[in-house]
Amino acid sequence: MNIVVCIKQVPDTTEVKINPVTGTLIRDGVPSIINPDDKGGLEVALQLKDKYGAHVTVITMGLPQADAVLREAFAMGVDKAILLTDRKLGGADTLATSNALAGALRTMDVDLIITGRQAIDGDTAQVGPQIAEHLGLPQVSYVVGLDVKDGKYIVKKETEEGYQMLEVEGKCVLTTLASAFKPRYMTVAGIVDAYDREVEIWGADKIDVDASKIGKAGSPTNVYKSFTKELKPAGEKFEVEPEEAVELIVAKLKEKHII
Amino acid sequence: MNKEEYKNVYVFAEQREGEIQPVALELLGKARELADGYGEKLVAILAGYKVADKAQTLIAYGADEVVLVDAPELKDYITEQYAQAIHQVIEAYKPRIVLYGATTIGRDLAPRLSARVNTGLTADCTKLALAEDDKEFLMTRPAFGGNIMATIVIREHRPQMATVRPGVMQKLAKDDSRKGVVNSFTPKFDESKFKVKLIETVKEAKDTVDITAAKVLVSGGRGVGNTEGFAKLQKLADVLGGQVSSSRAMVDAGVMPHDRQVGQTGKTVRPNLYLACGISGAIQHLAGMEESELIIAINKDKFAPIFNVADLGIVGDLHKIVPMLTERLAKEIEK
Repeated sequence: MNIVVCIKQVPDTTEVKINPVTGTLIRDGVPSIINPDDKGGLEVALQLKDKYGAHVTVITMGLPQADAVLREAFAMGVDKAILLTDRKLGGADTLATSNALAGALRTMDVDLIITGRQAIDGDTAQVGPQIAEHLGLPQVSYVVGLDVKDGKYIVKKETEEGYQMLEVEGKCVLTTLASAFKPRYMTVAGIVDAYDREVEIWGADKIDVDASKIGKAGSPTNVYKSFTKELKPAGEKFEVEPEEAVELIVAKLKEKHII
Repeated sequence: MNKEEYKNVYVFAEQREGEIQPVALELLGKARELADGYGEKLVAILAGYKVADKAQTLIAYGADEVVLVDAPELKDYITEQYAQAIHQVIEAYKPRIVLYGATTIGRDLAPRLSARVNTGLTADCTKLALAEDDKEFLMTRPAFGGNIMATIVIREHRPQMATVRPGVMQKLAKDDSRKGVVNSFTPKFDESKFKVKLIETVKEAKDTVDITAAKVLVSGGRGVGNTEGFAKLQKLADVLGGQVSSSRAMVDAGVMPHDRQVGQTGKTVRPNLYLACGISGAIQHLAGMEESELIIAINKDKFAPIFNVADLGIVGDLHKIVPMLTERLAKEIEK
């Protein structure tokens, strides 16, 4: 069984702070990590490797420095790593990104494709299902459990009310949730080894996709403007004894007819 | 593609087991405004099996027209079956805009369709509007974990598609006297593509509380500390007839379940009263609650960002104030 896991290098958005004076993002010193949902996907792929001897390839599209997340994937236990990097792929929205990744996947012999449900820098949850569509494969998103039985994938999908059990025939795309698959630690030997392993570098000429469908030209969406959020003006703030605080709150609740 | 052929604003009216989901009605409320802005029709797409009786509900909440796609293949939501049906509706009707709820269904279906029809999709929008000058459709969403907002446009592709999180838009008042047209649409299914089979749907009897429906939320953060701390908040919520919600910190710490989490990775709420106790107010949290009618914050740290959005801020110890407030309100309400 050949599994390909698509991962993304993202800034750890929980570490991002706002400059209180200028209202702009402070990006300096924010660490880059493997997107958490993708890391969950890596873990489930490696579980299938442990159980059934699957061959696990990891691919990321990004800037050359995304090499770091591939090394981390090596240290976790993947067999092969590909960095898809090319200026022609830059400025891509989700659709163009999915076209590029689908173009890479078309050239590979693959039985199962796993992506994280969504990346923490964009939170769109679009690239996985879009890859599935480009390749004409079935998809299950929000995956929290996976096993293989009689050549079929038995998939547990999280829903708002609970979960669903689904059976998928043949090649498919699954998008995983970080919360369900606690990633293994990198092994010491793995870390040492990771820096000697070869990361394959692929450019746009190596993938099977129409050139009009990638990069900025292949992106139907455009950013019209971006801005930091306007917050509503602050109300009054009091530093008082608890007794007085209680009276202030009760008065406010009465004023607004909450009580 | 001739852009001029694409007209009218469409809403995917998500239903589960025949029940129209609240987010569909919320989308109709916003889409009504957009359709009026263009002087065009608002159309709801109702897909399912034996759901025809729900069409009038969609009209009562603002739809001019309902495209009813009723087929046994659509009894349960499965990506390919729904993608085929909605794709054919899009091909036949050529919508200007299609809106979906950002639910586990909408966020599965909409990207699949965006790739099938080769158009743009903006995820989890918090604001939809038309530009004042040229009526360009402006879709605004949080990015970078809610740290910045981005307004997205889809200039050359149609339909322009977006998902919107539940609880963000407001539904119109129900008007049962509204009249509308119901058109049945029969898709041609290609069953050879049906590769996913639903074995079972399990509703977990987890103590699910829908915090998005609560009028009053007493919400706790790191400052609450532990389960005992949350018990104090629960007493206060009981007196006010509300629910207890939580910041991400307390969910990550395992003190509160995820379904109580407010914020970017949790739920968006807009109760009449949001009482934030010991919540510092990270931007990701504010993204989920700043639309609340009245925000009162109690926090020891007078520089906590939560005070920037609070109508009333109390710098103090919630562990002292909350029990006293509970007692005082119990007396007040008894009167």
